[in-house]
Amino acid sequence: MAELKADDGGDDGDGVQIDLISAERMENLRTMEKIRLILDGVHDDNIVILESGLTPDEESKLIEVTMSEISPDGFTGIEIETYPSGGSDSGFLGRIMGKKDDSKLTVIGPANRIKTLHKDENFISTLVTRK
Amino acid sequence: MGLLTDFRDSIRRVTRSLFSAQDPKRIGIYGPPNAGKTTLANRIARDWTGDAIGPESHVPHETRRARRKENVEIQRDGKSVTIDIVDTPGVTTKVDYKEFLEHDMEEDDAIRRSREATEGVAEAMHWLREDVDGVIYVLDSTTDPFTQVNTMLIGIIESQDLPVLILANKTDLDDSSVTRIRNAFPQHETIPLSALEGDNMDEVYEKIAEYFG
Repeated sequence: MAELKADDGGDDGDGVQIDLISAERMENLRTMEKIRLILDGVHDDNIVILESGLTPDEESKLIEVTMSEISPDGFTGIEIETYPSGGSDSGFLGRIMGKKDDSKLTVIGPANRIKTLHKDENFISTLVTRK
Repeated sequence: MGLLTDFRDSIRRVTRSLFSAQDPKRIGIYGPPNAGKTTLANRIARDWTGDAIGPESHVPHETRRARRKENVEIQRDGKSVTIDIVDTPGVTTKVDYKEFLEHDMEEDDAIRRSREATEGVAEAMHWLREDVDGVIYVLDSTTDPFTQVNTMLIGIIESQDLPVLILANKTDLDDSSVTRIRNAFPQHETIPLSALEGDNMDEVYEKIAEYFG
């Protein structure tokens, strides 16, 4: 699946750009490359949607790097939501091996523009405000 | 849970008990801001050493540096367990200094506090990946535990194979719901307590000895 970008097509800056990033694109990147891809998008006020999410270790580093980039009157951090939250067994073999399907759709955006309205195990509703 | 996972967990428990007489384990107290982590850390430290760890406050991010209390010896059922307690800043994915202005803080102080808070959260994440042997995860039982930060943190702790004890704090408040926390993380044992009032601390100490001893 290729990366898909969606926006209102204008340069007037009042639209909301959504970057849908495929699992295929992410799997070839190193941890810091993934974090840079996400945070560069968020710094540009984009909403980043990852098809396959991040590993727990990558999530930990994403929080750490995010903290280092917060500044007064500038970047205030990220809002992030994922599902499924607990992971699901990946079939019979997966259950035998104790292996879980770690893929989890993940929505990340700038904290000052995105607000989660509702979330459960298979539904995320998000409000995105314009600039 | 898979058969191999069960087997792996059994091996881990046996290995842990074999090495239990070694150096004190570093137990990180983690959780979101204002869950009562420092109140708990102070309660444990005062009960067993007579000293506190740090100041408590209702203002978020009062703890902005990881603080350690070493060689806390907890005695349970004739046995003693020695741990180092690491009280960590509340983990979040966002910090806006303007939120501190609502707590009657001058702008310069709010900016400084937010800067220290971001450094503290980064430090807490680093400790979690590198430097703790177990985690006490503290949640405010009056608030919704189904947050992304809680889900991520528990996932990170599980991925590190660290033993984790979940504490549902603030049971002295009317709108406390321990069941809500149990339902959020059914894969882990949840112990209710009021760190402020000292309610149910006996069970907390029993579980600390059981999980980290």
